Amino acid sequence: MADSTAKSSRTRDLDKLLERRGPLVGANFLASSETISDIKEFLNVLVVGAGGLGCELLKDLALSGFQKLEVIDMDRIEVTNLNRQFLFRLEDVGKPKAEVAAKRVMERINGVEIRHHFCRIEDKPLEFYEKFNIIVLGLDSIEARSYINAVACGFLEYDSDDNPIEETMKAMVDGGTEGFKGHARVILPGLTPCFECTIWLFPPQVKFPLCTLAETPRTAAHCIEYAHLIKWDEVHSGKSFDPDNLDHMQWVYTEAAKRAELFGIQGVTYSLTQGVVKNIIPAIASTNAIISAACSLETLKIATGCSKLLSNYLTYNGVEGLHTKVTEFVRDKDCLVCGPGVLIELDASVTLKKFIDILKDHPKLFLTGVSITYRGKNLYMRAPPVLEEMTRPNLDIQLFELMDRTPKDIIHVTGAAGKGEKKQSCLRKLRVVFKGLDGVTDLDMAGGA
Amino acid sequence: MAEPKTKYDRQLRIWGEQGQAALERSSVCLLNCGPTGSETLKNLVLGGVGSITVVDGSKVEVGDLGNNFMVDESCVGQSKAKCVCSFLQELNDAVKAKFIEEYPQALIESNPSFFSQFTLVVATQLVEDSMVKLDRICRDANVALVFARSYGLTGFIRISVKEHTVIESKPDHFLDDLRLNNPWPELRSFADTIDLNTSDPVVHKHTPYVIILVKMAEEWAKSHGGCLPSTRDEKKQFKDLIKARMIAIDEDNYKEAMEASFKVFAPRGISSELEKIINDGSAEVGSSSSEFWVTVAALKDFIDNEGNGEAPLEGSIPDMTSSTELYVNLQKIYQAKAVADFIAMEQKVRHILKIIGRDPYSISNAYIKSFCKSARKLRVCRYRPIEDEFNTPVQAELQKCLTDEDYSYAAGFYILLRAADRFAANYNSFPGEFEGGMDEDISRLKSIAVGLLSDLGCNGSSLIEDLINEMCRYGAAELHAVAALIGGIASQEVIKLITRQFVPMSGTFIFNGIDHKSQLLLL
Repeated sequence: MADSTAKSSRTRDLDKLLERRGPLVGANFLASSETISDIKEFLNVLVVGAGGLGCELLKDLALSGFQKLEVIDMDRIEVTNLNRQFLFRLEDVGKPKAEVAAKRVMERINGVEIRHHFCRIEDKPLEFYEKFNIIVLGLDSIEARSYINAVACGFLEYDSDDNPIEETMKAMVDGGTEGFKGHARVILPGLTPCFECTIWLFPPQVKFPLCTLAETPRTAAHCIEYAHLIKWDEVHSGKSFDPDNLDHMQWVYTEAAKRAELFGIQGVTYSLTQGVVKNIIPAIASTNAIISAACSLETLKIATGCSKLLSNYLTYNGVEGLHTKVTEFVRDKDCLVCGPGVLIELDASVTLKKFIDILKDHPKLFLTGVSITYRGKNLYMRAPPVLEEMTRPNLDIQLFELMDRTPKDIIHVTGAAGKGEKKQSCLRKLRVVFKGLDGVTDLDMAGGA
Repeated sequence: MAEPKTKYDRQLRIWGEQGQAALERSSVCLLNCGPTGSETLKNLVLGGVGSITVVDGSKVEVGDLGNNFMVDESCVGQSKAKCVCSFLQELNDAVKAKFIEEYPQALIESNPSFFSQFTLVVATQLVEDSMVKLDRICRDANVALVFARSYGLTGFIRISVKEHTVIESKPDHFLDDLRLNNPWPELRSFADTIDLNTSDPVVHKHTPYVIILVKMAEEWAKSHGGCLPSTRDEKKQFKDLIKARMIAIDEDNYKEAMEASFKVFAPRGISSELEKIINDGSAEVGSSSSEFWVTVAALKDFIDNEGNGEAPLEGSIPDMTSSTELYVNLQKIYQAKAVADFIAMEQKVRHILKIIGRDPYSISNAYIKSFCKSARKLRVCRYRPIEDEFNTPVQAELQKCLTDEDYSYAAGFYILLRAADRFAANYNSFPGEFEGGMDEDISRLKSIAVGLLSDLGCNGSSLIEDLINEMCRYGAAELHAVAALIGGIASQEVIKLITRQFVPMSGTFIFNGIDHKSQLLLL
């Protein structure tokens, strides 16, 4: 076909999507040849995780117009990563994932800058996360997702009508895979459910009862967990088990095999031992590719509005045939992480004791028997007695002082809500604002939940 | 070099050493190595396929640098096949990587026998005419074929192979094979040795639920003319009877028995899916029948005779609250029955092979064993020739999809993707491929699409106007994220076809990148 008129631009294909008007686009879409330079100049995107999903995400985003990226990961490269984490080679084993992944993508694609952070996500101060507009998650743990979710939602502010303020919103795109299955979701805090609103999607892992392990083992996994959780401590007093130590793993395997033989149980292998002890989730390149691509496409849509957004949860299952499904989950209006909480305006002179009285009569709360925490610090604990005694002196101190003279911030309260017979124990998020202080309204509320 | 077992550990946990060996034996041919093709192969090379052959006649252009990770600045002007091949090779040195600098459509015309050397062909970004020709070639040569195409925010994946049979379909949720509704004599007599009314509380709470249910079902049958609970009331009554046997509230085994009581109520015999397979025409075997169908013929005989209407027993039991001793003994009872069923099946297979004039030992014991273990989960996938689908799609289905709210985008894209190929055949470029003349392209594409709908007999249906505009906006762009997604799915399906594990997709998968409401169209 004639190619004399073909553009010789590097972004030949992407340009069509970004420079042409269309009928099925987002409200923020501006068909423009400047979109790509705007993305680079004004948009900060963080990729959390440089593993199976992270490698794919960095490639996909870099080839979707995101020329400035950052990536954070605490892990080093292992041999078992090489079947899917395509940015790594055998000679990279032992090096930090974030560093090598960033380097490889920059080597391949001209004009892309990727800053890497080789550390735990918890090691970064909140200000680190504040500069990002979109956070893309390629993680394999619920805890890490929960942490990033809380950080991102913590920047969200609400106006006095409990409507989220758009400029404070940090969009998240989250992907996850296991074998032939995966999910991709878009989280717009304040508008769509956050990770915590739908935490029930991730049921806690079932653990074996200790008495089964000790007295009535039936499966190979029982024998392995016995060696790992019970026998190890009996034999190695004080020395903790290290799953990455090959000698330790071999010891557990040998002990498990002995126990299996004793009880006539079949199926203990070294591979199963590793799988059970390290809780290994099987992973392959193709599923990671599919999920990361979906996440990257949604990231591009959030950034440019070039098409409608996924609303809001996509599941993929390739075990039996091919099934994809979009589910529109709903927000938990009372979510402690992304919800507005209850706005309470106070004079700076209010003591903690007075504050507790206010909660009792507040028409949205009717909270009694309360315990109060501020940023993980106990302000008042009703129980146990020893804690009550320790925190009792706070009752006569001004709340403003207890909150380190922060003009507005979030505090958490547990207690019994409701009136009369219908009392229910609950945890509430409160947005405390102190009145009559200069410049309060200009101050940003960094951190939060 | 790292021990391959370690490198592949995370995938060996999915498809095992058998599956890995099948991958390592396979040779895969890729047609066109744009981003869709490159991404498909990337995932297969990482997984360790035996060899790849990349066929592409084009040179790398600057525009390719923006959507394909398997080329870089230094490649511009060089053979795309060569460049992509060398970057793919970097990912896994155990894979033999070759390239052929030739346009696939030319190869299809000039050298059809070329394709017979491969296990599987992945054909990306082909237009209709080439797809039809290649499909004929691959079907004749018995080479599996996977089509993949990315086009703006849409695209498709379609498998084409006469027949693909699966033993290890490994479904996620499948009822375990406990036969609580139909216990065999050894299981009954084992249950007879156990007294549910034991006065020892430790023994009582460690009696596995399988035994509880076998015994209670037997008791029930005795007092109900040989019938098991079937009505809602009866089922509730049965559960209450179990509950009444509890002597302490912490008896997990009795709670498990109540939860599992539906296994007693489940109908006996084989599923309708398996019924269909044993009654398939291919189960009437002859000298050229495959291993699979010969063994299905044996299975049919087994079900009609020794099996008493049931397939061979799987032989494994789930974990359940129990003393170690009872659990291990119960396991042995199930295993022994599975072995006996296997022996009966083996004899039948040998006998059938003899009758059809083949070496009675040409099917291995390992094959028969694996077949018996998964007999209830067998799958047969058949795909229409692409030409048949193109000429005579299942009209009612297409019509339904075009008007159904959940399917209308996908069905619309299906028609428009085909209309775009007709457009290209007429006008020598895809709608919106080049700047200018967008309005003209939109009206041209629209009239082609309307014509196509009428050719397919869908006169009453109309297309969503917005989709026609979208299609022209895409201008045949191959976006990296879309290509990575389509290529990812294509590689996933290739793995299922090569390993003969899990179940490959049926129909045509239409990707809808607008809101991700993608669909499978069974046309």
